[in-house]
Amino acid sequence: MKIMTCPVNGPRAISEFAYGGEIRSMPDPATCSDDEWADYVFNRNGSPGVKREWWCHLPSNTWFVAERDTARDVVLRTYLYEGEG
Amino acid sequence: MPWRLLRFALSKKHPEPRMFTRHDRLKPAYDVVIIGGGGHGLAAAYYLAREHGITNVCVLEKGYIGGGNTGRNTTIIRSNYLTPEGVQFYDESVRLWQDLAQDFDLNLFYSNRGHYTLAHTDAALRTSRWRAEVNKHFGIDSEVVGPEVVKKAAPMIDLSCGGHAPILGALYHAPGAVARHDAVAWGYGRGADMRGVEIHQRTEVLGIGVVGGKVAGVRTNRGNIATNKVLCAVAGATPRILDMVGIRSPIYIHPLQAMVSEPVKPWLDPILVSGSLHVYISQSARGELVMGASLDPYEVQSTRSTFDFPESLSAHMLDMFPFLSNVKVMRQWAGMADMTPDFAPIMGRTPVEGFYLDGGWGTWGFKATPVCGKTMAYTVANDREHTLITGFGLDRFRNFALTGEKGAASVGH
Ligand SMILES: Cc1cc2nc3c(=O)[nH]c(=O)nc-3n(C[C@H](O)[C@H](O)[C@H](O)COP(=O)(O)OP(=O)(O)OC[C@H]3O[C@@H](n4cnc5c(N)ncnc54)[C@H](O)[C@@H]3O)c2cc1C
Repeated sequence: MKIMTCPVNGPRAISEFAYGGEIRSMPDPATCSDDEWADYVFNRNGSPGVKREWWCHLPSNTWFVAERDTARDVVLRTYLYEGEG
Repeated sequence: MPWRLLRFALSKKHPEPRMFTRHDRLKPAYDVVIIGGGGHGLAAAYYLAREHGITNVCVLEKGYIGGGNTGRNTTIIRSNYLTPEGVQFYDESVRLWQDLAQDFDLNLFYSNRGHYTLAHTDAALRTSRWRAEVNKHFGIDSEVVGPEVVKKAAPMIDLSCGGHAPILGALYHAPGAVARHDAVAWGYGRGADMRGVEIHQRTEVLGIGVVGGKVAGVRTNRGNIATNKVLCAVAGATPRILDMVGIRSPIYIHPLQAMVSEPVKPWLDPILVSGSLHVYISQSARGELVMGASLDPYEVQSTRSTFDFPESLSAHMLDMFPFLSNVKVMRQWAGMADMTPDFAPIMGRTPVEGFYLDGGWGTWGFKATPVCGKTMAYTVANDREHTLITGFGLDRFRNFALTGEKGAASVGH
């Protein structure tokens, strides 16, 4: 992967982007247990696969979602975040 | 040419025992199954056999031994870390390295060079002082030196780094060394093999049987094995193996790349690391410059390499050593680094009884090969953590009690 397509600015060199990690939902810190919170803070899905990730186009500060196959390093789709589900 | 080589030309059969015994099939059961034939797995097998008399052991390697990160690393050995747990652990490793070649009767090309972590900012200098004090407290040779000492050790260096990152000083660690990575895997492998351990290459673990919270067996592409103890030492494949036993962990995988130049005359004795410029360099016995940088910025689960890597690494290298502008890059490659949030490994028992983990070795685990083998062998044999690894347990995350090594491990692996 050398080119990433920003949903607003189109295809750009990968060096213009920052990776923000896999999209995960945060448990409610007021009600979840310490174990759930520690799991959220530290644990990751480290195995290869197609993942939904946060990426940011730095010059325009556009955060968006990329679906990427982390085994092949191929981006399948990029789009602006529209909430969960 | 030594005369004994003639025997190889004249004899029809290979006149000496092969480096490793070949086993045509797996046994139905072993006392211990080690997943991963890198330095760590083979070292653990060696110490299990040598120090604990446990020899009904197999090492399963999906490719060839040493073909993972062991054979891809830039072989820097040092112990000038930041936390008391880390410093004592790596110090024991440096001690173990000293007589390893004797032990194996194999030349490991262990070469003591001295290691400089260059500081270009006040903040970096402060971390250097901090590390030096922790190190000295544990009796490790480590001190902060001025730029003139760096210049003396590496006369070709541009101390101003092209004018934009002047070197203010360095953390100097006299025991810093490099060694031949392949030979380390072979030496441990042969030592284990001679003592009865079976090494099975091209044997991939596909599943792990867990019954009632205990390890019961291992499924491979060459059949099933019954066992009550499994040691996982697979570096970049750790999350995949943890999925097989249902253990969650903070380990994430990013590639780490490296490259070597064409061989040139010896001109660089010490190992140099610059956190600010994101580079490190040493010169191998063959004259190649071995160079690396920090992690790739995003997750990838393969060993692909990229063009931006030699491009940006070379630019920074020229800041330090402008005279290298005509030297050619010969090879580049990548390994999959199993990273942890605090840059310390994850070692010891796990919530699954009989499943032992030696992972989270990221970009810094080659130097620890001997001590990992030794302490994991102890842990597997006694079902109790060796005292040197109690700071590295998986439960430290649940307890919010991290072992923060980032200041000592992020670029200078
Ligand atoms: C470019 C680079 C530079 C580095 N530089 C340094 C350095 O200067 N100093 C330092 O101390 N460390 C360094 N490291 C880190 C170091 O290389 C590793 O931490 C260390 O080699 C890990 O050794 P290992 O034996 O645990 O893993 P590996 O050598 O990766 O061995 C694991 C083995 O497990 C096998 N495996 C995986 N899955 C399975 C399966 N399902 N079944 C069977 N087998 C399996 C793999 O094929 C592999 O051979 C560097 C790493 C890289 C990538």
